[in-house]
Amino acid sequence: MVSPAVAAPSATAAALRAQFASGVERVVVSCGDTIVYVTRESSHDILAWLKDTPGQEFDYLTDVTAVEYRDPELPLEVVYQLRSLGRREDLRIKIALDRNGPLEVRSVWDLWRGADWLEREVYDMFGITFHGHPDLRRILMWETYAEGHPLRKDFPLRGHFSRAEQTRQALAANPEAHYSLEELSIAQAFGELPRDMQERLARGERGYLK
Amino acid sequence: MSTRTLEMALSTPAFDSHGNPSLVPLGAAARRDVGFDEEFGAEHLLVNIGPQHPATHGVLRLVLELEGETVKRCIPHVGYLHTGFEKLGEYRHYNQIIPLTDRTDYLAPMANNVGLALAVEKLMGIEITERCRVLRVIACEMSRIISHLVWLGTTGIDLGAFTPFLWAFQERERIYNLQEAWTGARLTPSVTRVGGMMADIPEGWEAGLREFCRTFPATLTEVDTMFTRNGIWIGRTQGVGVMTREEAINYSLSGPMLRASGVDYDVRKDRPYLGYEEYDFDVPVGEHGDIYDRYLVRMEEMRQSTRILEQALDRLAPGPINVSDPRVILPPKSRAMSDMEAMIFHFKQVMEGIKPPVGEAYFGIENPKGELGYYMVSDGTSKPVRWRIRPPAFINLSALPKMCEGELLADVIAINASVDIVMGEVDR
Amino acid sequence: MGLVNPAAGGARDGSSVVSIESQNFVTTRLDFLANWARSNSLWPMPFGTACCAIEYMATAASRFDIARFGMERQSFSPRQADVLICAGRVPFKLAPVIRRIWDQMPQPKWCISMGACASTGNVFDNYTIVQGIDTLMPVDVYVPGCPPRPEGLIYGIQLLQKKIRGESLSDPMLREEQQVGPDGLYLPARKVDELSEPFGNSVHQTRSSW
Repeated sequence: MVSPAVAAPSATAAALRAQFASGVERVVVSCGDTIVYVTRESSHDILAWLKDTPGQEFDYLTDVTAVEYRDPELPLEVVYQLRSLGRREDLRIKIALDRNGPLEVRSVWDLWRGADWLEREVYDMFGITFHGHPDLRRILMWETYAEGHPLRKDFPLRGHFSRAEQTRQALAANPEAHYSLEELSIAQAFGELPRDMQERLARGERGYLK
Repeated sequence: MSTRTLEMALSTPAFDSHGNPSLVPLGAAARRDVGFDEEFGAEHLLVNIGPQHPATHGVLRLVLELEGETVKRCIPHVGYLHTGFEKLGEYRHYNQIIPLTDRTDYLAPMANNVGLALAVEKLMGIEITERCRVLRVIACEMSRIISHLVWLGTTGIDLGAFTPFLWAFQERERIYNLQEAWTGARLTPSVTRVGGMMADIPEGWEAGLREFCRTFPATLTEVDTMFTRNGIWIGRTQGVGVMTREEAINYSLSGPMLRASGVDYDVRKDRPYLGYEEYDFDVPVGEHGDIYDRYLVRMEEMRQSTRILEQALDRLAPGPINVSDPRVILPPKSRAMSDMEAMIFHFKQVMEGIKPPVGEAYFGIENPKGELGYYMVSDGTSKPVRWRIRPPAFINLSALPKMCEGELLADVIAINASVDIVMGEVDR
Repeated sequence: MGLVNPAAGGARDGSSVVSIESQNFVTTRLDFLANWARSNSLWPMPFGTACCAIEYMATAASRFDIARFGMERQSFSPRQADVLICAGRVPFKLAPVIRRIWDQMPQPKWCISMGACASTGNVFDNYTIVQGIDTLMPVDVYVPGCPPRPEGLIYGIQLLQKKIRGESLSDPMLREEQQVGPDGLYLPARKVDELSEPFGNSVHQTRSSW
């Protein structure tokens, strides 16, 4: 049995501390992995530095996810798994977000395109918004999903609504505009559509959208 | 010809981070800089493919904005198979999560089982036995072969060649027989447990696998003869759906998608696990990043997997498959019935489940689709706080819009096939 | 479409059940001919979503071969299909899709629910999975298994063939379209909740930890 706390943090952690004294909150090692906790304000600068600085070159974004603990005292964490392909090194960056505060961080879409869908999924499952993401909408649930953000701990396993209500909402989240793409595709026919359909399409209205 | 700009929300609404619906401009009719002959019009057509469609490899919905036959924009919609695995995992003991992993990537189930067991063992700091290590390598490589065979068969069908599908599935049946003999199930084996395996291989199993390794390369050669120098195949796959090296890294691609673009990143070589550094095998790396290179990479990977299987079979020595740690592995029944301490361990494990220490661990393995990672966060109880699956197919699929831009409609199907997605893992 | 389940409310408008006309030699011979033709040339609409779809593909491949049961042509267009084989789990996002596919199929049509997920929701009793497609459409044969062996699916197909052979052309209830009602549901709401209820061991799963 190897005690997980024995390993020392990687050299990158020390370099980060030196470079971003105020941005780095703490460094932890868990099961041999180095984890650096950073502040929300400095996260984008730190991640950009990690990606672009020679000697760091964390060019590969392995994963973006979030963790919510069962203990209500602990904050929500946004987790970035990074890898430097050339130097064969891994790093985990975490941003702690106060549950009662705004759940917002800056998107890293401009640094790694791989963050596109990964951040959308975190938004869908946790409700954390990523500023600067070009198209932040739900990806796994349907866009007008009204029950909440499923991976939050206050979201029950079976959801908030009854099964009949979930079935009803699911069947209804399919208004004609969702599938009647023939109207959308024929721009010239716009003038011939019924008035309320025109207004709905022009507003971009769908289902439960208010 | 209408010159009115028609901006409409595409499918269901998109919100930008300010809460405004982000609209998707539709119709080049309003854009005078397109360089079209205005008389003929430059109307774009929206075509919806899926979610029920034979060529989408599962319930994937693609909305294509077409200009004639050329794709201007491709917008994939996923989530039609979202099963809530990650949420469900928070309500299961660690060993109860293993059957769930079968059902994420159901084309390579044993590899998923191995990945999860390795992640939890990293969390707990457990060293598995030598025999277990070799058996897990066998499980992973068998999964690689069956996953690539499905990819081969379905890609062939998408591009019009039906027969290799039947050959591929016939070979898969042989692996299924072996999986069934080992675990009892063809497709959902749940072969690992934390700290060991579900069961040891039965007698005569090794001979069965050796027979498979002996005859399988002949089938690959048959398929190779059909495809590799086939004019139609080459015409449809070369130069199509190209991802350059830099793009592939930036889009976080992994597995054959990444290697076909010339990036030599294979988790088995770069971050070895299960003793892969001791096996003698090559990792095929492509050059052009098109569908043809991905095809060549996967075909060669199947051959290399056969090579690894033969070495693993040679390496397999008698011994225990489970660690003798009573906190993770059930004590033998005879001891549990007679010895009080063993009985308590048995009781605690069955009733409460195994309890890792507080901490977190990320473990990535080389799945047939790419780097499959399991990120487990534990708070000391028997159910994880967070079970995150790093889904290679999901991330590879996010590059589809990039690859399809400027390609023809028929190429979209070929490109989608080359990404080798499995919707169970994309949507989890 | 399968036989109407009297427990589900029978005819939606509450009219009394119409009895089958008295059988004579000609009608029974006609029934036999029609049923023989229908049961031996079922064109499946493979609505394959997950793991069961792979076992379905294995059933259609050379070793098990459902072509010998008349299912030579997999009809991916619902308009030309006889039997919808729902192979795999159906999340709520997919519910309107499968309902729409079912509505698009012309009569006579049947439904095989392949696998435990399509039949009852299987182990996925959570916010996102439909707890059995019988909450969305009438099902004729349920094939248990996760996934069912190809032999199991073939047995299910043979059961359906047997069921078809027992049908009668003059029975008006058989070919009645059961549509989604004005309340947005196929079954009454309390029936959906009842069918979706957990039972047995699964009632314990919401305990988060010991």
